[in-house]
Amino acid sequence: MVERALPEAAVMATPLAEPAIARRRFAGLLAVFREPRVVFAGGFLLVLLLAAIFAPLVAPHDPLEQDLMLNTLPPAWSADAEPGYVLGTDSLGRDVLSRLIYGTRVAFTVAIVAALAAGLIGTLLGLLSGYFGGWVDAVVSRLIDIWMAFPPVLLSILLVAVIGTGVTSVILAIVVIDWTRFCRVVRSETLQQAKMEYVDAAVTLGTGRGKILLKEVLPNVLPVVVVLLSLEMGIAVIVEAVLSFVGLSVSSDTPTWGGMIAEGRQIIYQAWWVLVFPLVLLTATVLAFNQLGDGVRRLTDPVLRR
Amino acid sequence: MRKLPLAFLPWRSLLLALVTLFGVAVISFVLLRVVPGDPIAMMIAPGASQADIAQLRASYGLDRSIPVQFVIWLGHALTGDFGTSISMRQDVTHLIAERLPATIELTLLALLIALVLGIGTAVLSTLSRRRLVGGTIDNANGILLAVPDFVWALAFVVLFGVALPILPISGRVDPRLSIDFATPFTLFESLLRLRLDITFDVLSHMIMPALALALPLAAVILRVLKGALEVEARQDYALLARIRGKSRLRVTLEETLRNALIPTLALTGVQFTFLFGGTVIVERIFAYPGIGNLAIDAVINRDLPLIQGLILTFGLIFILINLAVEASFGLLNPRLRHG
Amino acid sequence: MMVPAPLLAIDGLSARLRAPPHRPLLRSVCLDVREGEVHGLVGESGAGKSTIGKAVLGILPRAIEPCGGTIRLSGTDLLGLSPARLDAVLGTEIALIPQDPMTALNPSRRIFDQLTDGLRLKRRLRGQALRDKAVALLQDVQIPDPEAVLRRYPHEISGGMRQRILIAAAFSLDPKLIIADEPTTALDVTVQKEVLRLIRKMQRSHGTGVVFVTHDLGVVAQVCDRLTVLYGGMVVEQGETAAILAAPSHPYTRALLDATPRHDRTGSGMRPIPPQVAAALQAELARYGMGPGAHV
Repeated sequence: MVERALPEAAVMATPLAEPAIARRRFAGLLAVFREPRVVFAGGFLLVLLLAAIFAPLVAPHDPLEQDLMLNTLPPAWSADAEPGYVLGTDSLGRDVLSRLIYGTRVAFTVAIVAALAAGLIGTLLGLLSGYFGGWVDAVVSRLIDIWMAFPPVLLSILLVAVIGTGVTSVILAIVVIDWTRFCRVVRSETLQQAKMEYVDAAVTLGTGRGKILLKEVLPNVLPVVVVLLSLEMGIAVIVEAVLSFVGLSVSSDTPTWGGMIAEGRQIIYQAWWVLVFPLVLLTATVLAFNQLGDGVRRLTDPVLRR
Repeated sequence: MRKLPLAFLPWRSLLLALVTLFGVAVISFVLLRVVPGDPIAMMIAPGASQADIAQLRASYGLDRSIPVQFVIWLGHALTGDFGTSISMRQDVTHLIAERLPATIELTLLALLIALVLGIGTAVLSTLSRRRLVGGTIDNANGILLAVPDFVWALAFVVLFGVALPILPISGRVDPRLSIDFATPFTLFESLLRLRLDITFDVLSHMIMPALALALPLAAVILRVLKGALEVEARQDYALLARIRGKSRLRVTLEETLRNALIPTLALTGVQFTFLFGGTVIVERIFAYPGIGNLAIDAVINRDLPLIQGLILTFGLIFILINLAVEASFGLLNPRLRHG
Repeated sequence: MMVPAPLLAIDGLSARLRAPPHRPLLRSVCLDVREGEVHGLVGESGAGKSTIGKAVLGILPRAIEPCGGTIRLSGTDLLGLSPARLDAVLGTEIALIPQDPMTALNPSRRIFDQLTDGLRLKRRLRGQALRDKAVALLQDVQIPDPEAVLRRYPHEISGGMRQRILIAAAFSLDPKLIIADEPTTALDVTVQKEVLRLIRKMQRSHGTGVVFVTHDLGVVAQVCDRLTVLYGGMVVEQGETAAILAAPSHPYTRALLDATPRHDRTGSGMRPIPPQVAAALQAELARYGMGPGAHV
């Protein structure tokens, strides 16, 4: 039988041990600060989030303001730089730094909404199919198998081409493609949890099945979901960047990191900074989401706790 | 006496694959036609009359009902005719056939690099006794896994195309070279004909995109294989081999590697299809003339016949990859041989 | 009368867990195996018999460290050898018959390849000479139709046959010493006797010394010339098998013997260790800081 494991299944399952049998809930939110990954990655992402929210206050210029007299200016530390344009300007004279900051808005909007939506749907289906089994499980499992046969980037491009461009389409595309990531893991977690004794105890006490699912199983599945959410946000940022690189995301007025990268690619020899800065920021953001998820996982996996 | 190679072929999976391909064709056909956005609208010249538009529509068969359209399309497809591209005015089959070899060469090169890097590093890391080596590799690998192929591609463009301009960042061959080969498999043919100047030139164009595609795959291979090798090294047969006086290198290469490759291959197979999907973006970044690049143009232009043809091409490739992976299981694990 | 120098001389061997609190596993174990002798190493699980075997073979897990004593094979101290020299000694001078024949064979390699590993590596045999030798080895362990078996994979043959192949592999390079680590424990009772007889036969014809690790005194009675009884990492009794089994001097040996069902004594069967014996044992062990619950 060909085993089709998702990449993140490999990441999560090897070489570290499977999540242990008993899970303790967070010992208060302060426990979060024990893990350096969470602190640094989380801090970085928080700064970006704040920059996105307060963009009009933080950005030095209007991201859409063109000034052809000041186009392709190099970053502030270069010879021909103009004061006030810290990271230089693009071919239309727009400030790179400001566009980066405003680009954070699209990135985070997509990341948060898409991840939450995919997480919600995937977790719900995972819980249901893992707990109730039967035909529900059979149908969902089959769906997952089919879904996973397609590479995500290709599928997302196709989907957006079908649905049309815009932020909503991008989010929809990500959700449609990646809900399986949550569903699969939550389902297997639920299956494990459902066999636990405390569930049997609740059943014998007469608690309704739906209530058990909500009050007993869900809280224990939650840590895994949180880790996946972080991972998913990283993926969402990438997918959005790819789509806007190709020109299938938001309208070309709105600044996006992917769009900047696309433009930067065209003028790479003349103005390398237009590609490099958004690329670096994109990579750092994705790595941050990843490390955040990794850190949360280490915090909640009792086997790994020192 | 060895069993016949036919025992390796998973016949049941072959049948399933064909059914899947048909399913893909149907689904994509329907999806593309219920789509908002009118390809005809993109093609017409301003001032065209309604009659002209209607005629254009009819010539592409877009005025019939969907099932009818599908049957017509299927009939043509079975003879190898996938229609004409709306945006490029050329035969779809011809367009794909022109560019597919370039993508095949690129992905095969990427696969080779990924296997060498991934397997090599995994074997080396299990041979080193120091725990620091293993830990460092694990950490670096964790970060490597998070970086997608298109970030690598862009980084390479900056680093080796601009910062240190040692490699070309677009195209497949230097336009100044005169190449008159029989096949579009330029790299392969240049090796056969010993035109090493062309080989070198093509490789210099391919190495960055191939590396960008290879690194994420190499990271996955490393992760899984390293773990599997560590598990196998603790098995009794491996210990017994050591007791027989085999060096650790020999034990790894002759005993544990073939068992450790079994789970590795399963994952590599899936990841390789993702790699193929990645060519869409990476080829675009490097302006490499493969089907990935073609796919983006097709999608942007809503070129239905071309999109349909490409979906089937990709679908067929994925199916072939999965079949190859399944066949290789028989090779590695004697307990799974069919017949 | 001069007793010839023993083949294997373990002198004062001690071992303990590497991590604090360094629980001791072996305490000053002395035992020697003469050439051509089958020496039984008896004790319950956790007594330390496997640890001694692993120490001799140089495969002690990282968690265990030797902390004293020597293991001399024909005069050479095995504990002091470099990894390269040890690799040379293993296989040619010492070999192992493992406990579980299923996991001891690589499921992905043919029997022929695994059987002839040593011959190819150490004796540099190739081609027809190698094939002939492999067939001869299988005939020695009484496997019918050796050519066919050689082509097979481990999952295609029975457990008893796998153990015979492992025995053949162990004897293939004519080692001076073989460690047999509970070789019949994983086999059916019906097959056990056959395999024991086979080991005895091979050992006699090759003149090999054998350290026979087991927890079963019945097996010891059948195969071993002399034996060492181990409890809690210490030697409690040592000597000629017949003598010990007829008249054991140590209370633990007596208890072991009593626990072994025997057809020639009525009313025998398992009895718990009498409290006086247990107490005496604990006291003795406590003097050395060993035994269950001991802290060092």
